[in-house]
Amino acid sequence: MTIAEPRTDPSAAETPPRPTRGRFRPGGTVREDRYALVGAAAASLALVWILFTRLLPFSGALGFAVCWYAAFLVLYALVVTHEHGRLAAVDRLVSVLVHSAGALSVTVIAAILGFTVLRGAQAFAHSNFLTQTMSDTGALDPLTSGGVLHAVVGSLIQLGIGVAIAVPLGIATALFLVEVGGRLTRPVRLIVDTMSALPSVLAGLFVLAAFILTFGFQKSGLAAALAIAIMMVPIVTRASEVVLRLVPGGLREAAYALGAGQWQVVWRVVLPTARSGLATGVVLAMARGVGETAPVLLTAGFARGMNADPFSGNMTNLPLYIYTYVKFPQPDMVSRAFGAALVLALVVLVLFTVARLLGGAAPGQMTRRARRRLAKADRAAAKTPTAPSGDLPLTSDKETSA
Amino acid sequence: MSMAPPAAPGTAPAEPRRVVTARFAPVDAAFRTAVRGSGVTLLVILGFIGLFLAVRGFAALETAGLDFFGTRSWDPELHDFGIAAVLPGTIEIALTALAVGVPIAVLAALYISEYAAPGMRRALISLVDLMAAIPSILYGLWGVTFLQPRLIGVSRWLSDHASFIPFFRVDTDHADPGSYTSSHFIAGIVVAMMVIPICCSLSREVFSQAPQAEREAAYALGSTRWGMIRTVVLPFGRGGVIGAAMLSLGRALGETIAVVLIISPDFRATLHILEGGGNSISALIALRYADSSDFGLSALMAAGLVLFALTLVINFFAAMIINRSRSGASTEA
Repeated sequence: MTIAEPRTDPSAAETPPRPTRGRFRPGGTVREDRYALVGAAAASLALVWILFTRLLPFSGALGFAVCWYAAFLVLYALVVTHEHGRLAAVDRLVSVLVHSAGALSVTVIAAILGFTVLRGAQAFAHSNFLTQTMSDTGALDPLTSGGVLHAVVGSLIQLGIGVAIAVPLGIATALFLVEVGGRLTRPVRLIVDTMSALPSVLAGLFVLAAFILTFGFQKSGLAAALAIAIMMVPIVTRASEVVLRLVPGGLREAAYALGAGQWQVVWRVVLPTARSGLATGVVLAMARGVGETAPVLLTAGFARGMNADPFSGNMTNLPLYIYTYVKFPQPDMVSRAFGAALVLALVVLVLFTVARLLGGAAPGQMTRRARRRLAKADRAAAKTPTAPSGDLPLTSDKETSA
Repeated sequence: MSMAPPAAPGTAPAEPRRVVTARFAPVDAAFRTAVRGSGVTLLVILGFIGLFLAVRGFAALETAGLDFFGTRSWDPELHDFGIAAVLPGTIEIALTALAVGVPIAVLAALYISEYAAPGMRRALISLVDLMAAIPSILYGLWGVTFLQPRLIGVSRWLSDHASFIPFFRVDTDHADPGSYTSSHFIAGIVVAMMVIPICCSLSREVFSQAPQAEREAAYALGSTRWGMIRTVVLPFGRGGVIGAAMLSLGRALGETIAVVLIISPDFRATLHILEGGGNSISALIALRYADSSDFGLSALMAAGLVLFALTLVINFFAAMIINRSRSGASTEA
């Protein structure tokens, strides 16, 4: 290795400035790259167009797209190899593949949602769709009668019961994994991981075997809610575990140093700190729970009319409504199924958006409302200096239940 | 370690060793018990799922004996039933889903963690999460009404030009588009769309944990971006990707509604995935639970037990692989 000589020569400053090439970005593209991309795309389009329309017995839009893509890859690889060599060609080719995989995922989700909206709009456009049940509507009746009201109510009731069971159980298990621990930590975590991938039809089969066949209950909203709860618990637990782990240890230790017991630390420090993350997990679990079809199919039983009593009688929910009506031969019934699919997609989208909005705040970071409330409490405390203010930084107990 | 001579009995050490035990206030003890109880409840629930399926399915298993694994039909009333047709169907659908879904998911994960700009990255992470939250019945509806008509051409092309691969052979009428509908292949493609978000988010997680210093070292040695990914990111994330693929396999094996909507049930147990018709365990359960007698339900429970054992083993190993790759890769708090 040579040691660089110290630069003492003043004339070094007078060497002509290097040609400015702009800022160099390692991952960025230059104009030639884009030309190569566009050129390869155009050339492959033309080639495949000729092949498809003139030479080969292929047909179909999807086949055309696949062939175009394959031809594009080959041509682009050739162009880049010619210009920059093999190493660069592999790099560019992978880059194209990776970009198209990302684009494909976006396309799939857009296609599913767009398709649901497109097909569902027909039934959804009728005002009776959201306000009527199917109790007085036959398969041959037009879309101006009948609706999904009973299924929406059924979904909400079952989801409510499912949440009431799954959320306490799930968050308590997460607390066990994070705050208490012990010998059982590893098996419980393994069980949670395993349960989160349990086939949903087995949750339904289990409730059918245990709750209905063994204990002699009828198919009902409650049975469906139990099956939904089994599917929701692991989701709640895993999401909660992640956010509980993010609560800074310093906060816990500060609370312990002030003499709080473990329960107080958890109830007054850990849970409020992780509140937004916990809520996100719960809402995501709700989004999954409301769409579960297979367990509901086995446990809820189908009903055409309204049944708001989860303890007796069949209780249809949205997925079951879709599943049942989409198999009818009448186009209007299929339209109803797609209308219900649109309602279900909207419910999931709303829940998902709520989860994202809640999840925007990191653990311990306050929302604007919480900060305003705190400032108001501070002002109130400043006005009456004798008022006890020990609890003020922590939000009131009522709201810590997430 | 040098052995100290044991203290003579009777001579107590000058200062007794202090044993510090945490003592919990009653409310804390109650909290710990309750929380531990909920953990145990989950253990019990999973145990009960296996137990009830086993107990309920016992009658059918006892009647059928080993024929249960060798019979290609499902007539519990005639005591002629077995999973020799539905189990291969289940596995064919799942493997098709993996073959299509995992490469796309891993590439998409690479895009999100290595290529996308920060704003795009956040948006895509949300989008992939949304993809995981979309109910399977929506995937099924989309698959059967939108995707299936468009995939028939692909099926036909594969059977015409790639039939030297035995899986792609079609023995039914080639010209009739109907002989390509409702096949394992189409069901597998739809299930692939459903495993993409699971596999993608797990892979992205491990990819993004690849150490920054090693990435920069690779670049400093003159590597291209793909060279960096190949030598740093992929080896680092290998365990996570394998675990994610296995988790996806577990999910794909158990997928019910999307398969039920697409498949037209039969019990031929063909390996030609493009041919119309087929079956899977979960689809069998969802289709036959209603018209079954007690014995028929018992047979379904036995099939469910097989599915349970299968997914349990796969998920168990997947969880183990993922946990190991996680704990080896980063320091968990």
